[in-house]
Amino acid sequence: MTLTRRSLLASSALAIAASALPMMPALAQSGDTIKIGILHSLSGTMAISETTLKDVMLMLIEEQNKKGGLLGKKLEAVVVDPASNWPLFAEKARELITQHKVAATFGCWTSVSRKSVLPVFKELNNILFYPVQYEGEESERNVFYTGAAPNQQAIPAVDYLMSKDGGEVKRWVLAGTDYVYPRTTNKILEAYLISKGVAKEDIMINYTPFGHSDWQTIVADIKKFGSAGKKTAVVSTINGDANVPFYKELSNAGIKATDIPVVAFSVGEEELAGVDTKNLVGHLAAWNYFQSVKNPANEAFIKQWQAFTKNPKRVTNDPMEAHVIGFNMWVKAVEKAKTTDPDKVIDAIVGIEVPNLTGGVSKMLPNHHITKPVLIGEIRADGQFDTVWQTKDLVPGDAWTDYLEGSKDLEADWVNLKCGNYNTKLKKCG
Amino acid sequence: MGAGNVPGRHPEREIDMPTFRFPSDRGALVAAARLLLILSLLLPLGLTGARAGALDDAAALFAADSFSDTAKAIDLVAGADAPHADAILEALADRRLFVSADKKLVFKDKAGAAIDALTGKKLAAEPAGLASVRINNRLRSAINNAVGQMTLQSPDAAKRHAAALAVYKSRDAASEDGLRAASRVEKDAGIKTVQQLALAAIIATAPGKPDIDRLTAIEVLKDQGDRDALTPLNLVPAEAGQGVKDAAKAAVAEINNRLALWSGVQNAWYGVSLGSVLLLAAIGLAITFGVMGIINMAHGEMVMIGAYVTFVIQEVIRQNYPGLFDYSLALAIPASFVVAGVIGIAIERLVIRHLYGRPLETLLATWGISLILQQAVRTIFGPTNREVGAPSFMSGSFKLGLLDITYGRVWIVVFALAVFLAVLALLRFTPMGLQMRAVTQNRRMAASMGIRTARIDALTFGLGSGIAGLAGVALSQIDNVSPNLGQSYIIDSFMVVVFGGVGNLWGTLVAALSLGIANKFLEPFAGAVLGKIALLVFIILFIQKRPRGLFALKGRAIES
Repeated sequence: MTLTRRSLLASSALAIAASALPMMPALAQSGDTIKIGILHSLSGTMAISETTLKDVMLMLIEEQNKKGGLLGKKLEAVVVDPASNWPLFAEKARELITQHKVAATFGCWTSVSRKSVLPVFKELNNILFYPVQYEGEESERNVFYTGAAPNQQAIPAVDYLMSKDGGEVKRWVLAGTDYVYPRTTNKILEAYLISKGVAKEDIMINYTPFGHSDWQTIVADIKKFGSAGKKTAVVSTINGDANVPFYKELSNAGIKATDIPVVAFSVGEEELAGVDTKNLVGHLAAWNYFQSVKNPANEAFIKQWQAFTKNPKRVTNDPMEAHVIGFNMWVKAVEKAKTTDPDKVIDAIVGIEVPNLTGGVSKMLPNHHITKPVLIGEIRADGQFDTVWQTKDLVPGDAWTDYLEGSKDLEADWVNLKCGNYNTKLKKCG
Repeated sequence: MGAGNVPGRHPEREIDMPTFRFPSDRGALVAAARLLLILSLLLPLGLTGARAGALDDAAALFAADSFSDTAKAIDLVAGADAPHADAILEALADRRLFVSADKKLVFKDKAGAAIDALTGKKLAAEPAGLASVRINNRLRSAINNAVGQMTLQSPDAAKRHAAALAVYKSRDAASEDGLRAASRVEKDAGIKTVQQLALAAIIATAPGKPDIDRLTAIEVLKDQGDRDALTPLNLVPAEAGQGVKDAAKAAVAEINNRLALWSGVQNAWYGVSLGSVLLLAAIGLAITFGVMGIINMAHGEMVMIGAYVTFVIQEVIRQNYPGLFDYSLALAIPASFVVAGVIGIAIERLVIRHLYGRPLETLLATWGISLILQQAVRTIFGPTNREVGAPSFMSGSFKLGLLDITYGRVWIVVFALAVFLAVLALLRFTPMGLQMRAVTQNRRMAASMGIRTARIDALTFGLGSGIAGLAGVALSQIDNVSPNLGQSYIIDSFMVVVFGGVGNLWGTLVAALSLGIANKFLEPFAGAVLGKIALLVFIILFIQKRPRGLFALKGRAIES
């Protein structure tokens, strides 16, 4: 009796495991392919954001193969699941490089996962494309940062809010999740605001744990801070799951964008999919791409994505665009170098230009960051963004911010200086 | 012809005017013809020219699609004195104002019918190539203010109230006269209060007001004494007399004192509402862990399943019976209870019953189940958040004294207490509850009295899981509906049950509320991160002292 039950249990477990299998593409062993590693969490907390990036990579690789592949070979995706577990990212990265012999890897979302894989990519000398906006203060030879550096997102957003159109904000709440990206970004922003003449008592900084769900006190504090007679805005580096309860509390507390606007750096079309945006109209986000941007390249991309996912309502977002740019740059660099050898590709890719989806042409810079436009969008009732402001030209990414002691003298240049943190005062690397 | 309203749109006509005179000689015929021509041009203009002119200009500015032009256009529409001007601006605020391919200005009413913005008449067919006029926050404020000024004396009470509030927020001195006029004829006391406040805010902050008026205004604002009154008090201009500035300062200090007193009440309320969320998440665990002694790591996933059931039911209702949307939660309550309960029974039958008496294996097995359930939901519904809307009676907030209380939170507190009392009654007064208690207190005795203990085990576990499902309905209103929903509550739930005393429902209630309130009183001082750490340290110390929690069950049965 128990035996049959146990076998029933075992078979049901097998069935569940089998149902999870189709998510992994077949790792068919055919000698003549170029392998590309995809290192995004498909389970755990970050699966919400990273699964989409895995899908977009699969789509890009499929498209490239339809065009005939690369260097006469087909591309092959190798998908691994680091399961939102930071040390596992390093293990999986090692697996991709040593076992699967991938030519390049596209992956990571949180800064802590990126920091965890850095030593692996350095040691095994391979290439990582990192697609998410981040805190800067880093430039590695083996990593290409296709997301925004602080000067491509945070600083322009604050500039906009200080302008006449943004409401001439005089008082600032910097609210974030308690980890490295918000802490560093807020440190940069605080230094920047003070350099712009904002008094210390007009800046309130608040941190909350990951997945914080009870925002009553903090929203009440924001309301209190905002009643001092000066125009107040919230700069939110709140990340991941905590955003939904935060916005729900804001709308329940009746804080309208015309009273206290919230500008977010981690909230895009995907994150808003879980919120009723009727009461959030007018709150802002700063990105380098919005799905609503009118442009033939973007419209083609959206159509392709919705066809690929077989879901006519699937949204696109900024990190997806970063992967599109990164992948196209890598393809061009491989074509230019005529090999996938990481050293040659790293040398070839600097200076490569590919069109982005907002109508400009992004260029890989010697500091391994790229040029991007900065867009400020306001949330619409349908969960999309209206671009209300954008930079005239593309902004080059700055690895080391100019507003912090200790990093303003540093410079990254992997072409002439061959160094990621060259000190211009001491004239030496490191 | 009401030239004041016509900006220099038709300069050729205006310049024509002075040259127009009767020449006495041969040009008379030509002049007469010219007169006729001009009159024929002017006549229709005299009737509608002022309005159409302003709206025409506005239409051209709207079509330019730049925010500064749209700002000018809003002023034009606001000054146009057309009966449907407020409808145009409201449409603009809701993004229902469009410019058609042939540069005509069209707006849609809430039902979606296209209306010509120049005439205010319904159009037979929707013009081609409609592009919505974009706005930003600055324009949104300007629109609110303009609509406010226009609708101060609207026959609709809700509109008058919104209008007074809009002016209170904008403190636009231009609306002062309108506000006075509206206040003179206002009959509704509530609206009149807001109008008086708005007037006071204008007088306190606008330049060039006599000090004596300012002092009265400050008095009015001070009596209101809430947070919104602080903003105008902080903005008294520098030109005001010293007495006024001192009075404003004193008023700010007094309001701040009053708010500080109220902040205690506010924290207590926030604590109760956080406590009720903890209570909801923990009641189910109090049964499976507290009563049955099973360490159920998949408890959080039952909450998550409850939330997804709510989502599915709401989707079905949204697509098939949109009129019933407000009842979606009422339907979701029994459904999520049943679904989570049945899954719970299945888990008990298939896995847990083989592991009774082996707590470590149970822990590992249920942990595994929780991962399987998470990934299954992720595969079925996708990894992204799902939207569960709030029914109308759960959105918004009301004022109680100086407290802002959101309806959603009130309903969650009520729901948590109702669930708690229902579970208590079930355990106390029903035969099933009696059998559950008998089995947990002395399994062998209960079995020899003829109770089918295996069946009771399954039902008890099902009950605990079903209640977790109910918690999911409530949490879908305040948290993410994502596969990770349960994980964030499992630790808190165990904390509450252990702190309250294993096996004691009242202990769970007291523990949930006291942890919630303690958390909320710590948060303003220590911050959210440190507050949480402090609470965990406190519980560790407390469990050292009293391992059985606040309310330990006494008796022989527990010792075994």
